Amino acid sequence: MTHGAGRARSISAEGISRVEGEGSLRVRVEDGLVTDVALDIFEPPRYFEALLVGRHFSEAPDITARICGICPVAYQMSACLAMEDACGVVVDERIAALRRLLYCGEWIQSHALHVYLLHAPDFLGCADAVQLAERDPSTVARGLDMKRTGNLVMATVGGRAVHPVNVRVGGFYRAPDVAAIGALAEPLRRARDEALKTVEWVSGFEFPDVAGDYRFVALDQPGRYAIDGGRPKTSDGLELSAAQFADFVVEEHVARSTALQATLGGSDRYLTGPLARFALNWASLPELARQAASSVALVAPCTNPFRSIVVRAIELVVACDEALALVDNYEPPNQPAIEVVARAATGTAATEAPRGLLLHQYDIDDQGIIRRARIMPPTSQNQLSIEDDLRRVVEGGLSLSDDELQWRCEQAVRNHDPCISCAAHFLDLTVERS
Amino acid sequence: MAVWKFASCDGCQLSLLDCEDELLDLAKAVRIAHFTEMSRASIEGPYDISLVEGSITTSQDLERIKAVRANSRYLVTIGACAATGGIQALRNFAAPGEFAGAVYAHPEYLDSLERSTPISSHVAVDYELHGCPIDRGQLLEVLLAFLAGRRPVIASHSVCQECKARGTVCLMVAGSTACLGPVTRAGCAALCPSIGRGCFGCFGPSESANCGALSTRLKGLGTSDAAVARLFGTFNTAAPGFVEQAQALHANVASPHARPSTHEESRP
Repeated sequence: MTHGAGRARSISAEGISRVEGEGSLRVRVEDGLVTDVALDIFEPPRYFEALLVGRHFSEAPDITARICGICPVAYQMSACLAMEDACGVVVDERIAALRRLLYCGEWIQSHALHVYLLHAPDFLGCADAVQLAERDPSTVARGLDMKRTGNLVMATVGGRAVHPVNVRVGGFYRAPDVAAIGALAEPLRRARDEALKTVEWVSGFEFPDVAGDYRFVALDQPGRYAIDGGRPKTSDGLELSAAQFADFVVEEHVARSTALQATLGGSDRYLTGPLARFALNWASLPELARQAASSVALVAPCTNPFRSIVVRAIELVVACDEALALVDNYEPPNQPAIEVVARAATGTAATEAPRGLLLHQYDIDDQGIIRRARIMPPTSQNQLSIEDDLRRVVEGGLSLSDDELQWRCEQAVRNHDPCISCAAHFLDLTVERS
Repeated sequence: MAVWKFASCDGCQLSLLDCEDELLDLAKAVRIAHFTEMSRASIEGPYDISLVEGSITTSQDLERIKAVRANSRYLVTIGACAATGGIQALRNFAAPGEFAGAVYAHPEYLDSLERSTPISSHVAVDYELHGCPIDRGQLLEVLLAFLAGRRPVIASHSVCQECKARGTVCLMVAGSTACLGPVTRAGCAALCPSIGRGCFGCFGPSESANCGALSTRLKGLGTSDAAVARLFGTFNTAAPGFVEQAQALHANVASPHARPSTHEESRP
């Protein structure tokens, strides 16, 4: 919506679309200067950190999955790892490999959804993927096919695609048999080819010329592109344990948002997610993904948030390639889960949800009852960096009409694939110009 | 068709986008007029059918659901949050303000009701599709039925019958595993028992479920009172049938949130 009053202009987008959840955006422009940018998150709070208190530690993966229907595996994995950290156990390699395969399935599903259905329509002037499909049905079909494969991996390993049921603290309820996992090879090979075509397709889009001055945070896993765990590291060289990182991050509750806003040490904004992972972990990209990136001249760090769609396409190659290797080398674990005995302790763990770093921390007692829960979802960590992006986009886009600027701003938010259900667990746009 | 979101995780709406094989055909048969998760275009109502995800937890949403109802010929709810209040209905048992104070530094900034309530507590609902999450096959069946002007063919029997149909050995009989299958609505094809896990009630109470009898049996098998209460007290914790068994979670179990809660108070 656009409101103009003489030299004072205000644009509002109420209910930003193609993001997961509810939010809005207000921008105020005075004499050609952006004076205020506010990302309002009005997703109704659901109080997960409160309702987890008094529950058994074994329930955390299933309960926290319900924070987000788009990335339930991220929640389940961070919860499992945090509880295993508290109880002082580490799963064996075969269980870990099966977890990574499940997580790759979620990356494929979520990234294919975002690239094809939520983000690409912006670059092509379409309101949605249905409009895009009228123009280019085979391309949308390619995205849906990848998405189907991601869901198939999740259903095969996790039992179902939304809120998998096979995950437990310590591992799985039942390890899938070799034939079921083997059947994933053919669709994954097809998905890997489709991911390579996706890289080529999205790199041909027109990108607004914007560069962010980001402090990146991503997980570090020696020898590979971190997905299912690791230690947080920052672009200015800090390396921390998950627990140290949790202590370092300050979360603040501001009036305009039901998502807490995170900063490093109470002041420094930071960004997690594809741009951060690519900037910090490009050296660990599998060869095929590295070739794909260099074939489209994508070099790290990529600081244009609009090009995050290209990075996401590269990560689709990573996830398909990794998943395929895990399928080819699959050996069922001897036991589907290791035994986890509760002890009074604090456990902390982080994994890379498709949209960014997700940290869980729990205090449990010797009966395994949760006494305190802290969940830092990616979108609340990214919220302030997204606002910085919006400021840059509006400053660089003042010559655009209000409608065009509104769309550009919405797109700037979608660049980060925010999951507002997670963060408030977002979007109206108001631009006031004077 | 319009799709609306209230307090929820987006997973049930996602089930619509997860219909990879049917989505584009569906968009030809039905004009998707409002669906913010999928499109930035929005056409004003009235709508032939509205799909509603999520529960009512804010005063704004309470007004919004009334407007959705007034603007929709048929209103179909999708998922456990919309049908029973969802997992966020666990707040219904806590002391007023306790949950908000535990998570947020400034509860006064929030527009949040003390209770999470189902859509049917506030407006007339034409059909409730259950599940946490819903099953996409069932979602397509409901949409086809409304398109054809017939009643949806959705089972109301229990997960137990689905186990029998697929030949899964009873976990409770054979392994004394705590399982909500006898009282939980079918729809998942008895997914959990098929992987050796007891049902944990994603689809809510089945028709004429005797939850009290199951509760007694589970305790007889050695499941603690607290564990039984927790089992009933998750994604459909405020559903009639489950709510009575989940009471103990809050009344008898030592928890920082414990507060005796009357039957009346905790009903949706």
